[in-house]
Order: sequence, then C-alpha cells, then structure tokens
Amino acid sequence: MSASVLPYTVKPHPVTGVYSGKLGTWLFLASEVMLFGAFFSTYVLLRVGAPTEGAAVWPTHEQTHLSWKIGGFNTLVLIISSVTMVLAWAQLKMNNFSKARLYLIVTFVLAGLFLVVKLTMEYYPKFEAGIRPSTNIFFAAYFVLTGLHALHIVGGMVVIGYFIGPGASLWKKDPEYFTNRIECTGLYWHFVDLVWIFLFPVLYLL
Amino acid sequence: MSLKAFHIVFVGISMLLCLGFGVWAIFEYRSAGDAAALICGIGSFVGCVALLIYGRWFLRKLKGVSYL
Repeated sequence: MSASVLPYTVKPHPVTGVYSGKLGTWLFLASEVMLFGAFFSTYVLLRVGAPTEGAAVWPTHEQTHLSWKIGGFNTLVLIISSVTMVLAWAQLKMNNFSKARLYLIVTFVLAGLFLVVKLTMEYYPKFEAGIRPSTNIFFAAYFVLTGLHALHIVGGMVVIGYFIGPGASLWKKDPEYFTNRIECTGLYWHFVDLVWIFLFPVLYLL
Repeated sequence: MSLKAFHIVFVGISMLLCLGFGVWAIFEYRSAGDAAALICGIGSFVGCVALLIYGRWFLRKLKGVSYL
C-alpha cells in the first residue's frame, strides 16, 4: 500500500482548509472534551449537592490528604512540558531535527516525572493509609478524574516515545508529514495539560 | 486551529491559573501562616509575568506560521 492512499496528510484539504490529521485530531479532542466534561460536571454536581452535616458531608482539605504543594509542582511540570513540546514543533518548522528530538525527549522525561510524583507521592501513600475509591464519594471522583488523566499522560508518552524512536525515520522520508504528526501530538498534549490546569484548582485548592 | 494558536490559548489560561493560585496562596499564608504558601504565591506571580514575556517571544519566533 503506498503512502498516497492517505490524501491531504501534508497539504490542506480544499474544503476544510486544514490537513486531514489535524481535522481528525480536533474531532478526537472534541470527544475528549465531552468525556472529561461529563466527569467534571459529575464532580461539581456532587460537591454542590453534598449535605452540610451528617455522614455524607463533603470532606475538608485535611480529610482529603491532598497536598497543594505536590499538585502545584506537577502543574509546573506539565506547563513546562507543553512549552518543550511546542518548541520541538517549532524546531521542525525550522528544519532542525536534532534540537526537535531533544525537546521531545525533555517532554517525555517531564511526563514521566509527573507520573512518578503522582504514583509515589499521591497514590501510594493513600493506598498505604487504606484510602480507596470506595472510601467516599470524594475519593471515587478523585481517583476517576486523576486516573483517567494519568492514562492520557501514558498515551501521550507512548506517542512521543514512538516519534523519538522508530517513528523518527519518517523525517528522512517526508519531513513535512513528520512535522504535521508532531503538531497533532502537540495538540493532544496541550489538551491533556489543559485538563490538569482545570483539575488542579478544583481538586486541590477549592 | 494550529498548535501555535492553541499554545497561545494554553499560555493565557496558564497565566490565569498563576494569578488565581497566587491570590489563593497569599490568602493561605494570611490564614494559616504557612511561609511556603507565601513563597509559592510570589513565585506564581513571577511565573505569570514570565509566561507573558514567553508568549510575546513565542509569537515573534513563529511570526510566519499560520493560526489555522
């Protein structure tokens, strides 16, 4: 099967004005907005509707054992990773593959750092203390929202890792196509980081 | 929307987060007396200014790239 089977991977489609990969990525992100939007709405409705007294009262910050310092650090890590991701794309636009690959590696490492902090400093101590999603409604929402987000981080790492490793050969064959693929990866990565920017204040600060 | 445009939106929202977190941290310092909150609050305001400078630099660097 030749590469020409996939039309408009580099040049914009005459109807949509963008190349097909970008349109597909935005359609995928639209479905992601609905997925996370549903969970966000659930969390907000549960919190607003929680009774003010009794056993089902919403837990305080002390009871949730969430550290804003750890959450803030992870927020900083993800913001920097978005910057390095977009810089990788910018370097490809300037035909500088080696620098772009370096930025992709930094993005990959930062994503790994986020997961390590999440697992070792947030999830593990909670499981050690016997806290599970079944503990109360807050932790059910917390583990679902942050767990789903962490899975998206893993997904992003797989894609970025592919373009650092075996997928990098596409640069030699078709640099423009490779640059567009990195742009699509960057769009996804920005979305995942944006979700965390909303999650952090909702879960850790408010 | 290109990655360039989405990145500008992302930087803008990150700046809002920095401002909001900075205000929250100052209030936290005033109510709990946590010095780390004050340091993080000031750092957050500095981060907001740094993002503004970065955003302007980024726009200059990618002047020729389309927003679509």
